[in-house]
Amino acid sequence: MAVIAEPVAKPISRYRFILDRREVLEAVLVAPAILYVLLLVGLPLLLAVYYSLSAYTIYNPTWTFVGLANFEQILQDPTFLDTLRNTFIFTFGSQLLGLVLGKFGAFLLLQPFPGRKIVRALIILPFAVPVALATIAWQWMFDSLYSVINWTMIAAGIITREDAPNWLGNPYLAMLCIVIINAWRFFPFAIVIFLAGITAVPQDVIDAATVDGAGFWRRNYQIILPMILPIMAIGLIFGIVFTFTDLSIVFLLTMGGPGGATSVLGFAGFQTGIVSGDVAHGAAISLFMLPVLLVVVIFMLRFIRRREI
Amino acid sequence: MAAVLTRDIVKTFGEVNAVNGISLRVPDGEFMVLLGPSGCGKTTFLRIICGLEQQTSGDLLIGGNVVNDMPPRARGIAMMFQSYGLYPHYTVRNNISFPLRTQRMPSQDIQKKVDWAAQLLDIGHLLDRRPRQLSGGERQRVALARALVREPTALLLDEPLSNLDAKLRTSARQEIKNFQQRVGLTTIYVTHDQVEAMGMGDRIAVIDHGRVRQVGTPTEIYEDPADLFVATFVGAPPMNIVTHNGGGYLGFRPENFLPRDMIEDGGATEFSFRVDRSEYLGSERIVYGVMDGFDSKQPITAKLPPAHVAEGSIRPGEWHPFAVKNSALRHFDTSGNRSSRH
Repeated sequence: MAVIAEPVAKPISRYRFILDRREVLEAVLVAPAILYVLLLVGLPLLLAVYYSLSAYTIYNPTWTFVGLANFEQILQDPTFLDTLRNTFIFTFGSQLLGLVLGKFGAFLLLQPFPGRKIVRALIILPFAVPVALATIAWQWMFDSLYSVINWTMIAAGIITREDAPNWLGNPYLAMLCIVIINAWRFFPFAIVIFLAGITAVPQDVIDAATVDGAGFWRRNYQIILPMILPIMAIGLIFGIVFTFTDLSIVFLLTMGGPGGATSVLGFAGFQTGIVSGDVAHGAAISLFMLPVLLVVVIFMLRFIRRREI
Repeated sequence: MAAVLTRDIVKTFGEVNAVNGISLRVPDGEFMVLLGPSGCGKTTFLRIICGLEQQTSGDLLIGGNVVNDMPPRARGIAMMFQSYGLYPHYTVRNNISFPLRTQRMPSQDIQKKVDWAAQLLDIGHLLDRRPRQLSGGERQRVALARALVREPTALLLDEPLSNLDAKLRTSARQEIKNFQQRVGLTTIYVTHDQVEAMGMGDRIAVIDHGRVRQVGTPTEIYEDPADLFVATFVGAPPMNIVTHNGGGYLGFRPENFLPRDMIEDGGATEFSFRVDRSEYLGSERIVYGVMDGFDSKQPITAKLPPAHVAEGSIRPGEWHPFAVKNSALRHFDTSGNRSSRH
């Protein structure tokens, strides 16, 4: 009788092919992102909501529920309303300036000239330099005594030393300064967005407009701009969200001064909640960003969907 | 509407001569087709006519006026692009009215004109849609309506049918041609497709390497090609070209290359033909092979009517007596130009 070698039956683990199952693999791959959002975004948000409804300070860490009392107190504080206004001016002023500079820069960079590639690479620098370093450089430019800008203007005979502007000492000029710095940080991003948008417009469409009798301005504002509006809106959402929540430039340059003229929501929330230790009011201040940002994002996304082409 | 005249137009991009001295006269109301392989300069030439490119040298006249330095909008020329170039963010109505709005025409007049153009091309029901909601054929009509709405001096079409599927292409060809005849518009049509060129053109200009090789009616181009390029570019399969023992080349169309007994008596030249392969295409049978005593770079082709030639009578490997009527023989000199003798 022939002996047939029988394979030894290996016990197959029921988990051996578990990753071949689509639903399991999907869950495993998406889990880190979900955990990240829940732990590092969701939890702090809920915590902030809870703090804002309590009387929690670092000196008296009780979780006493006080309802909307914190919000009422903040709204009655005139400096907070100034802060809210400053935040809007800072955000929309710098976005507008950044967009204008971005469009201008993108058009310049579309023209062929020697060294264009190097300039295109260098233009990204403001975006890549750490905000702390950049702000210190700007601080020197706007310094009350050693301002490079003033020195240049005096040397050029535009102004005299006596009426040289005190950039960071004047409330209006200080706001202008932080708007300029933020626009300077934002405009390379705007250039990239514009370049991506403009180069995606088919040449046939631009040629057709030219033959149809459209000059430079009409081509730009009736054909190219509407066509790149969706991608612009995405860039603007990012810009608005990041600027609205930003406190770094204010913190490094003006500390909200002079006299609260450049205090913005992020900075005020940080000062009240962390520096002064009044966590409850700090949380309430920060939460004022939420409805504003939500409205902006929803509006923008709806707008993009409607304009989708 | 106006005649378009070019005098020795040259366009160089850096070192490359894209257009190499084209002189062409397109009379008022003519349908002129520029036919040539990809990269022969025909599209560049078209872009020079409408002003999207500036010629390096040469004169361009529209309606008798030199327009060399006029911007596109002042030339009054309409152009339809390969991918139509419709404005995706505008409705069809606003697409069509755009050329009128750039002329600051009063809005009631615009309304009237748009309705006229929409009716002409039968797209009245599409006016409130956007380009992405249209089929390929509808887009083409919208592009045509936009080109026509301001009653241009001439209409330029750059391979307008290449984005349509084969079936639609046939009907669109018909439509454009009918339409052009009805309106009587001077039209310059660029294509690399010889069927479009032969079927639509009043005259054809065959272009190669930035030069016009021949201008003529479809019949002239097909029957009396000016040189070897035109002879082999037009016709499918192309004209058979063999080196002639007296120097130069001898050409004949595949449909004129028939079995000896199918040609009635009269002047005919006989050849011995070895069949290598044959293709049955329904309305015709294409036979490939070689000819005894003649050199040719390409296999010699014969286009036979299947009704007259039975499958079994011509088999691969067999030698058969074939012949070409002397009137169908074309002679070319050593440099490839048509020589006068027949």
